[in-house]
Amino acid sequence: MTVTEKKTADQQAPAEEPKIVATNVKVSYGGRDALHGIDLEIVARKVTALIGPSGCGKTTFLRCINRMNDLIPVAEVTGSITLDGNNIYAPEVDVEVLRRHVGMVFQKPNPFPKSIYDNVAYGPRIHGLASNKQELDKIVEKSLRRAGLWDEVSDRLEAPGTGLSGGQQQRLCIARAIAIEPAVILMDEPCSALDPIATAKIEELIHELKERYTIVIVTHSMQQAARVSDYTAFFHLGDLVEKGETEALFTNPKDERTEAYISGRIG
Amino acid sequence: MTDNIHPLTRAALPGLTQRYASEKRFRLIGLSAVVLSLSFLVFLIGGIAFRGMGAFVQTEMQIEVSAETVENHTGSSFALMRKISLENFEASARSERRLSVSMVGEGADEDLENALADLGSFSGTARVWVRASDDIDVAWKADLDPEMMTTLRPKQVEWLQALANEDRLRTSFNTGFFTNGDSREAERAGIGGAFVGSLLTLSVCLLLSFAVGILAAIYLEEFAVKNKFTAFLEVNINNLATVPSIIFGLLGLAVFLNVFGLPRSSSLVGGMVLALMTLPTIIIASRVSLQAVPPSIREAALGLGATRVQAVFHHVLPLALPGMLTGTILGMARALGETAPLLMIGMVAFIADVPGGFTDPATALPVQVYLWSDIPERAFAEKTSGAILVLLVFLLLMNLTAIIMRKKLEKKW
Amino acid sequence: MADVKSQVSLTRPNSKLREQAIKVSLMASSMIAVLVTIGIVFSLAVEALRFFSEVNVFDFLFGSEWSPQTAMRADQVASKGAFGALPLLAGTFLISIIALMVAAPFGIYSAVYLAEYASSKRRAVLKPALEILAGVPTVVYGFFAAIVIAPAIRGWGQAIGLDIASESALAAGLVMGVMIIPLVSSISDDVITAVPSALREGSVGLGATKSETIRRVVLPAALPGIAGGLMLAASRAVGETMIVVMAAGLAANLTFNPLEAVTTVTVQIVMLLTGDQEFDSTKTLAAFALGLALFVITLVFNIIGNMIVNRFKEAYD
Repeated sequence: MTVTEKKTADQQAPAEEPKIVATNVKVSYGGRDALHGIDLEIVARKVTALIGPSGCGKTTFLRCINRMNDLIPVAEVTGSITLDGNNIYAPEVDVEVLRRHVGMVFQKPNPFPKSIYDNVAYGPRIHGLASNKQELDKIVEKSLRRAGLWDEVSDRLEAPGTGLSGGQQQRLCIARAIAIEPAVILMDEPCSALDPIATAKIEELIHELKERYTIVIVTHSMQQAARVSDYTAFFHLGDLVEKGETEALFTNPKDERTEAYISGRIG
Repeated sequence: MTDNIHPLTRAALPGLTQRYASEKRFRLIGLSAVVLSLSFLVFLIGGIAFRGMGAFVQTEMQIEVSAETVENHTGSSFALMRKISLENFEASARSERRLSVSMVGEGADEDLENALADLGSFSGTARVWVRASDDIDVAWKADLDPEMMTTLRPKQVEWLQALANEDRLRTSFNTGFFTNGDSREAERAGIGGAFVGSLLTLSVCLLLSFAVGILAAIYLEEFAVKNKFTAFLEVNINNLATVPSIIFGLLGLAVFLNVFGLPRSSSLVGGMVLALMTLPTIIIASRVSLQAVPPSIREAALGLGATRVQAVFHHVLPLALPGMLTGTILGMARALGETAPLLMIGMVAFIADVPGGFTDPATALPVQVYLWSDIPERAFAEKTSGAILVLLVFLLLMNLTAIIMRKKLEKKW
Repeated sequence: MADVKSQVSLTRPNSKLREQAIKVSLMASSMIAVLVTIGIVFSLAVEALRFFSEVNVFDFLFGSEWSPQTAMRADQVASKGAFGALPLLAGTFLISIIALMVAAPFGIYSAVYLAEYASSKRRAVLKPALEILAGVPTVVYGFFAAIVIAPAIRGWGQAIGLDIASESALAAGLVMGVMIIPLVSSISDDVITAVPSALREGSVGLGATKSETIRRVVLPAALPGIAGGLMLAASRAVGETMIVVMAAGLAANLTFNPLEAVTTVTVQIVMLLTGDQEFDSTKTLAAFALGLALFVITLVFNIIGNMIVNRFKEAYD
């Protein structure tokens, strides 16, 4: 089975069916509550933006979706999150498999101190997704193309990934994430460390990526949420205040806190 | 999607089971690296304790003394001891006489003299305990293992067996090991001299390095203007901390002995050399504890009109002192265990007397260990390990003190 | 206004002088550190120069024969080759390399375990316990190497038909390696901890296991820093004296066979300077020339090692 032939459940599912369903998700750090019962459905092959003032729990929720919170010993997660109907917090789940299907792009570009090629090839290599060098080359090229980076780096694949500009580094990280063909890509404020031109490129990329992947993006920029997302969820002080189609939420917020936030009165 | 395989378990990702196994292996390798390193420590200390415990006790033998012999004797107690040895082992042949005399140890005559004084006047025969020779000591502590009796003659082994059968051998606490100076005779050799030497050396070292170290740290941390010169000072101090200790010995030899003409082999020079060696350690530790004092304390003092000197000496220094002391104790512990620089300034000579002052020739505990380790006699191997144990106990105590002080300090801040 | 001024004095003439005196004595104390360095460099250089007026520098550095005993006699002082330090340098590096081959795997794996796997409770116990190894006096290691390790190695060698010298480089190197495990481990620990967690998250976020993350991302990233740490450890090993004095050989032997006896720079310094001899003899001067070489080698190792470690830490600050 090669990567290209592999069909994820997402691609078979009807467009509006929820890919991820979170039910009553609560998180506490050493007894201090960070999220109080979040219910959210994330639609397949759409972009869902999580917005809200800093400290509202949006990143915490994002990190629940691929269980990155497991890395924090004091973090305690209750409730359920399902991916294609399978509870990701079920005891028999292996987080490595989950994370292979749910990729992540971080706030600050974090390319490994390796070559551009090795950065992208990292995931396929550890998961054994390519059986020979040609296949791996193909995966690397395809991933870099999808991340819109191929034309800029094709002649220097052996150069260190850390030598790229910030925006290029972030696209390299996106290429690295999609090289293992995840179903979902989580993005944690992916543009917060980038200049406006690099940001525009990433946003454009997100548009292209949603044809294949379900994307959840945390952003503190409402403009960005409005530009890139189909659905938006507004978090405030650990609660999910309002969710819905982005256009509706921004033009006609139902909750006064949402309205206050998008009009710039809190945040 | 297959119905019976949960898509998010290892069954769904080929190779993951092996990856988990290698994860476990890797973790185990890490743990075993720590465990093996620590077991070497246990092996080292255990091995030395096993070899050295015997040094704290000595073998004594019970000999029969007849009142007649004592009354008729006129010479020294040393000669009396000889006479009594001959009687005890019924040695007649000339060769046997020598062997019988060497059954008792160096200093047995003193034991005899003391025992007779305790007895007062007596009639008939009395039995007294005197210390045995080092060869007997080694053999008896090894439970008369034939391999440990190779230095004894067959006749001596016979006598030894007889004494053992009659229950006339015992071990008692070896006070002399702690109070005596060095000696060529194992049964008389002790660490007393080396211990006093270490004490004198460390006092000089402490006095110099503590005073200078703390003042230097205060200057660098509280007064020095940040410029190229102070940067140079800092680099200098950091580099001094990594200079091999033997180099400090060479410095001491060239400057203290040859230029200043200070007494060779003395604890004064030893202490000075070790002070130079520990100085960087103390400066670095003291600076760290000065940095830990919150700036608000300085500002408060300055705000009340104190001068910088007053602020530092009245307010900052008292708070930083415990941390400085901790660093100093650790520096002293290192100085106590140091051997190489002392070899360079001649503290490696055979010195039988316990040093009486800073300029007397002296050795130090680790140097004594080195000196004894070179002596092929078996009895000295035990002494060497015994001296190491004493050294390690002192190091342990110093380090524990430092740890406890540090713990107390942490609670305070 | 004039009245107020006469009552409140803004200067304190008496204490000014005292303050100044205190500051000067503080500065003088910190100058002692510089004086020590100057003292070291001068005393080593002066005696070494006197030595080099008798023995050619190149013969000293590249001569392959070391036998200072023959030079004791006045007529042989000028004889060439008797003070060739090459075998000593080779012996020093042979033993140091053996020591690093022990200390590197143990130190680095211990650091990986302590930094990445051990719970904070376990770490609080194991880390200081490991530090004890560095606190044991070197004379103790030397004694142990001489009476336990060397005979044991010789015994094993005999069992498999190998002839191993009773004062083999291997015995001294192994024990020295154990001694520097804590040094390697604590620097590696610092370096591993300094690798930003963003890199770990990046790898774990792709579904890598912890050990894959450590082996493929953390350790490669930490490698320069660890290499710097090994340089510092090598400097310690090169300057170490008592272990080699007690467990390594005395005869200069230009070999890279760890089973043979070799001698080191520090051993020869001790041999040349202990015992009774005239201070001005070529022999004692040779010790200072060796001392100078030792000082320069360890200094260079330390400077390079510190530079690498510091640059590494800054890179991830």
